[in-house]
Amino acid sequence: MNAAGFPLLSLLTFLPLVGAGILMFIRGEEAVVASNARWTALWTSLVVFGLSLILWFSFDKTSADFQFVEQAVWMPDFGLGYHLGVDGISVLFVLLSTLLTPVCILASWEAVQTRVREYMIAFLVLEAMMVGMFVSLDMLMFYIFFEGVLIPMFLIIGVWGGARRVYAAYKLFLYTLLGSLMMLLAILTLWYMAGSTSIPDLMQLRIAPDLQIWLFLAFFASFAVKVPMWPVHTWLPDAHVEAPTAGSIILAGVLLKMGAYGFLRFSLPLLPQATEWFAPFIFALSVIAVIYTSLVALAQEDMKKLIAYSSVAHMGIVTLGIFSLNHQGLSGAIFQMLSHGVVAGALFLCVGVVYDRVHSREIARYGGVAKVMPVYAGLFMLFTMGSVALPGTAGFPGEFLVIVGIWQVNPWVALLGATGMVLGASYMLWLYRRVLFSKLTKPDIKALLDLSPREYVTFAPLVVLTLWMGIYPSSFLSFFEASVTALVTRHEAAMTVSRLAGM
Amino acid sequence: MYIGAIFFPLAGSIIAGLFGRLIGDKASQWASVLFMALAAICGLTNFVNVALGHAPVTIDLGTWIDVGGLQVSWALRYDTLAAVMVAMVTLISTMIHIYSVGYMAHDPTTPRFFSYLSLFTFMMLMLVTADNLAQLFFGWEGIGLASYLLIGYWYEKESANRAAIKAFVVNRVGDLFFMLGMALTFWTFGTIEFDGIFQGVAAAQAKTIGGYPAIEVIALLLFLGAMGKSAQIGLHTWLPDAMEGPTPVSALIHAATLVTAGVFLMARMSPVIEYAPYVLGFITFIGATTAFFAATVGCVQNDIKRIIAYSTCSQLGYMFFAIGVGAYQAAIFHLITHAFFKALLFLSAGSVIHAMSEEQDIRRMGGIWKKIPLTYAMFWIGSLALAGIPFFAGYYSKDFVLEAAWAGHGWTASYAWIMGMIAALLTAFYSWRLIILTFHGAPRADHHTMEHVHESPAVMMVPLIVLAIGALFAGAVFAEHFVGHDWLAFWNGSIVNQPGNHIMHDAHEAPEWVALAPTVAGVAGIAIGYLLYMFMPAMPARIAAAFPGVYRFLLNKWYFDELYDFLFVRPTRRAAAWLWKVVDAKVIDGMPNGAAALTASAAGRVSRFQTGRVANYAFTMIIGLVFFVSIFLFGIGR
Repeated sequence: MNAAGFPLLSLLTFLPLVGAGILMFIRGEEAVVASNARWTALWTSLVVFGLSLILWFSFDKTSADFQFVEQAVWMPDFGLGYHLGVDGISVLFVLLSTLLTPVCILASWEAVQTRVREYMIAFLVLEAMMVGMFVSLDMLMFYIFFEGVLIPMFLIIGVWGGARRVYAAYKLFLYTLLGSLMMLLAILTLWYMAGSTSIPDLMQLRIAPDLQIWLFLAFFASFAVKVPMWPVHTWLPDAHVEAPTAGSIILAGVLLKMGAYGFLRFSLPLLPQATEWFAPFIFALSVIAVIYTSLVALAQEDMKKLIAYSSVAHMGIVTLGIFSLNHQGLSGAIFQMLSHGVVAGALFLCVGVVYDRVHSREIARYGGVAKVMPVYAGLFMLFTMGSVALPGTAGFPGEFLVIVGIWQVNPWVALLGATGMVLGASYMLWLYRRVLFSKLTKPDIKALLDLSPREYVTFAPLVVLTLWMGIYPSSFLSFFEASVTALVTRHEAAMTVSRLAGM
Repeated sequence: MYIGAIFFPLAGSIIAGLFGRLIGDKASQWASVLFMALAAICGLTNFVNVALGHAPVTIDLGTWIDVGGLQVSWALRYDTLAAVMVAMVTLISTMIHIYSVGYMAHDPTTPRFFSYLSLFTFMMLMLVTADNLAQLFFGWEGIGLASYLLIGYWYEKESANRAAIKAFVVNRVGDLFFMLGMALTFWTFGTIEFDGIFQGVAAAQAKTIGGYPAIEVIALLLFLGAMGKSAQIGLHTWLPDAMEGPTPVSALIHAATLVTAGVFLMARMSPVIEYAPYVLGFITFIGATTAFFAATVGCVQNDIKRIIAYSTCSQLGYMFFAIGVGAYQAAIFHLITHAFFKALLFLSAGSVIHAMSEEQDIRRMGGIWKKIPLTYAMFWIGSLALAGIPFFAGYYSKDFVLEAAWAGHGWTASYAWIMGMIAALLTAFYSWRLIILTFHGAPRADHHTMEHVHESPAVMMVPLIVLAIGALFAGAVFAEHFVGHDWLAFWNGSIVNQPGNHIMHDAHEAPEWVALAPTVAGVAGIAIGYLLYMFMPAMPARIAAAFPGVYRFLLNKWYFDELYDFLFVRPTRRAAAWLWKVVDAKVIDGMPNGAAALTASAAGRVSRFQTGRVANYAFTMIIGLVFFVSIFLFGIGR
């Protein structure tokens, strides 16, 4: 039943909580506690990452079924159960989460100096919630983890954030909570209809098209905010700007993927007719997202805000791909989600590096950094190119496949979506020029030191991934090939049935 | 051998880029030169084996992307077309690497420069040996990146930064269409591998998209992509500005290689675009217009590098209209000869700039030909080749291009021939204007500069001599293979002319006077140049004063930059600020913030009732009691 031979997914989900539990009992002087907390958190996250590599090596790529399944009865009378498993769509997101957590902990090594223990606890709890969300095969568990992510994120922004952190934290919380309540209603309806909350059970359900529309809207309310799609995106720039560096990395790297993952897990397979029906609407919102937020990014004066807006644009490409409902589009969307997790995370890390030194995110505060930090400049250039989807970097395969996929649906949407290529290059190079290039005049910038060994280590996995995903994306694409095929087949079958019924 | 030609430059780039600080400037320079030389040896050997030996090969390197029927692999496709390009790129790039050792000697970060140069070469080689459109796009974007890095090499200069971003973004406009072209290719052919595409052409001719033949649309989208890279009119604005980069960059990228990528793409896709007659007409028109436009602008510019840049733009126009009339072979032939003489001209210009202490304005030069005679000779050779004077390289290719335009069908071909003839005259004219103003007449530079004028070191002159040999003989040696009687065997199917296209044959049948006309135009241009600038130096100013409108129009490059600034740049900036400050901050955020404010103020107002004074509460309670009691009573009473 389980390829690992032991409850791997439960371990991945709850081990971070064990680490967090240990952290609570650290006692002693503040400096000692802080140092112990850092090391404990780092080791916990590294062990979790090490364990998660089992998924990488023993996941059966030829199968679209759920693997590493763990099931336990909880409340059989109500159809509730403890049910974990991964398929091709979710498995790499688990790995992304477990990879980015140690990166985040390393990134906060020196940046966070107050309440270090609590900060690390929050991060480990966050990891548990993220992993739990991606491995849940029970809808109610999914919901709990999906919402649970908010709590540590709220605290990370609200306690360790910048000047307007409380506003940003509340905005994040209220925006996403409002949508989630709608999703809860949808979940309750489905539960009532199927008598079970197990996702594989729900897949057998055939839902009337009218009801599908309502359910779709309810899910959409939650997922669209999380993606975020235009026009419910404005919480994101504020959250990013106020969040500490590591908070931004995880926010861009994993949290933004939750909405799109929700679409893939629920909306597409459960509600095929509604998905088809709403696709043009989603295209419109996505295209607006790409063009609008790219333009807004051009006008930004704050580095983090600029990258935050670029994230919205990139997620627009993702939603385009998902709702193209064909093989290339879906694969491209999933790949883009992964690559954006790496590249956007890395870009926020880049901002964090200079923020730690200068304590400003204002673009005009910098200039000529390349002169004193050449290695940093090289890395920043690599990730900039990743962000503008240069072939050979992680950004390209996803964007390319989405464009190819969406072209088959509607060439005009492809054209409009592809304008992001031009606008993306404009704002990223404009950012790069003002921060890294031009004359070095400001005295404190002249005194900057290039990357420290710790920063080298933090960047290393992201550099490797950015190139690896660009040059040999097959090692990632092959993971979800079977699942995407199954998803497309399933969708087409459902549409054929409904078309026949319509006749 | 095949892999080495491509990957040696990458190795050189990595060594100079990552370990440059470790091994020192000298070592990293010579390491990258050495690797380039190895690549050139491989490249030339491959040319002999593949092109002259008629033995095409494809080397598979691995899968790149494989998703639901869309298969893309990393592969090196060596057919005649690729082998020709690889040999040219590696040879010229090696010369430019060597030249750069001298030219960049005083630069503080030379390893970075050599790393970029080698990276560029690698990307260009990946482009020309691509086995599918996606790998071609990899090289395509890669040279875009390298060009961005090299134009902005002196990143402390604001103008260099601006030019670099402009180059990248304008190119991206073209790339956007390339990307869509790939999507449509996949939609039409079900593959983006060249072999699959070329085999599917017959079946694809029936397909339409939006009422238009799919092949026409593919050709159009790819050509729009090529326009960006090859600086055709409309998307040319980045090329003159790109002269902000160091001169070897201008020679390598903006003359010999990068800008020819678009021409190469068209030749590579010849089996497809052959069946897109309307787009071919459009290509002819754009190419001819570019040839004319850039030549007119080149006549009045004053920056030595910009004049040569416009000349490049103009010559690219020739290559495109050759493609438009169906003579792909002629386009590639002109591409190769042009690579030699244009690299030569640019490097000679670099030598002049070097001699003149970084002065680039020809109005502040003059009277130096005796001091730098070798450079002067090189400039002459390059210019003679460019002007198409008999027996220099440019003569063979340009003549044939114009003969092909003469033999071509439709009004676009006739238009191309006329524009090409005018441009040929103007080309010779501005070349000699450049030579005379730069080298002859009274010295116009200050005394201090003039004392420093000196010939460049040997490390810079040797590459010049090698390129000069190319500019002298490349045409005569290869004419027979590229466009002469051997052309069919030489190209060996790597370029396809559809059965109804007899242009290669017809061009040879052009009447005597057509073959002679370009030479006459060239000689006339030289004569006018001499007349105006050597013998009547006051004349040009008087002509400019007589037609101030025309002069300003040309000096400002037909106002393209101003037009784009007005049409695209400023509105985008305004829209960006408006969308952010108004729509995002006030409208979208206004709703939740407003709702929050409303809730907060309502709550605040309600909370005012809770004053904490017992008397108030008591009073409220009494009012309430009276109210309810009265309802109750009246209700009962009714």
